[in-house]
Amino acid sequence: MCLAVPMEVKHIEGEVADVEIGGVRKQIRLDLMGDKPQVGEFVIIHAGFAIRVLNREEAMETIKIFQEGWNLELV
Amino acid sequence: MSSSDPLRDPALCREVLGRIEEALQGRSLRFMEVCGTHTVALFRSGVHSLLPSQVVHLTGPGCPVCVTHESEVAAYLELAGRDGVVIATFGDLMRVPGPGGASLKQAVAEGARVEVVYSPFDALAVAKANPGDKVVFLGIGFETTAPTVAATLRVAKAEGLSNFLVMPFHKLVPPALDVLLADPEMSVEGFMLPGHVSAIIGTAPYAPLAEKYRIPSVVAGFEPLDLLQAILLMAEMKRQDKPRVVNNYKRVVSDEGNPTARAIVEEVYRPCDALWRGIGSIPGSGLAMADAYKAHDAFEVLGVELRESPPLPGCRCGEVLKGKMPPDKCPLFAKACTPANPVGPCMVSTEGSCAAYFKYQLDLA
Repeated sequence: MCLAVPMEVKHIEGEVADVEIGGVRKQIRLDLMGDKPQVGEFVIIHAGFAIRVLNREEAMETIKIFQEGWNLELV
Repeated sequence: MSSSDPLRDPALCREVLGRIEEALQGRSLRFMEVCGTHTVALFRSGVHSLLPSQVVHLTGPGCPVCVTHESEVAAYLELAGRDGVVIATFGDLMRVPGPGGASLKQAVAEGARVEVVYSPFDALAVAKANPGDKVVFLGIGFETTAPTVAATLRVAKAEGLSNFLVMPFHKLVPPALDVLLADPEMSVEGFMLPGHVSAIIGTAPYAPLAEKYRIPSVVAGFEPLDLLQAILLMAEMKRQDKPRVVNNYKRVVSDEGNPTARAIVEEVYRPCDALWRGIGSIPGSGLAMADAYKAHDAFEVLGVELRESPPLPGCRCGEVLKGKMPPDKCPLFAKACTPANPVGPCMVSTEGSCAAYFKYQLDLA
């Protein structure tokens, strides 16, 4: 039940959004999103509710740190 | 995420494995994950079997089904047997054994009305379709699930849907970690912190633990590189003797978490003590209905009480949840207790430690 999956927002109407990944479409709720996502953004879905927009830049940044610098000096 | 995702890049993963060995400098690292999805991800990705022998992985109380207390199971089973009650639940609870081995599945065979839903919101539709009955949603789950149930309750209240009730059995992670760390027998040297719980609560609630117990803690994602990076960061913090909380899942977790979700939980629930299977009562680790929502509280409306309920005979799930016994050391493991015929909840849930060991470790043997 704890599975949280990223899905792409296709359409928004009020607190309800249509989301899709790999051809699977679902209707989910946006009640927990202070700033509503935009169509085309990916959101993390948990138990039928979006809990967070997936930040792709942050994802790439994490990978870059490990690919390039290996700078793990902890502040 | 596709298989070409850089977070699954085998070369990068191998490099991180090498870095882990270096950071350890021959020392051990006993780390615990406290998220059922991490349990499964560590096994399914193969990371568990690739780790150097000095890295010991313990599974903690991170499966919401597994930590649901015996007396909570007894309470909802009692309710399922009543006339005029429809239970709505996540499917995971269907086979969790209660007193005498009874379960919701068995209750259905005996005439109980149970609807399995994917989202708490779907339970509202069940309530609308059964206006003459009380529809009771079983509110299990951690900080990630609690807001979804709270948001649903808010809609139910706004729509005047008085036959929609919730039994709140939610559990909060940081108080449980505090209790585990305070245990003198606890030998954990690092925490892999739950990704999606942290998406709601942020990183601040873990900081006092890292400071009080000087334990390296990393908020981690669920891809192979996420898992390996988290282990590397724990090993580095240990090597540099700089224990703290690191957020290594920034693409999903912001340091402040999700304030909207937390505000909804604060409106609908209030903190209370909660019972955890195998651990017992933990102060401030649960959520009870706030006064404004008492009309939707199944305990209040239907007069249900939590009564003392004996642990399942022979079941060692409690010790598994505390990281004191690996699942395969339980005398019942893969003998009397299998996924097809589970004795305890850790073998029932797909996120349970015992089910993960059964599925992935036996294949290796």
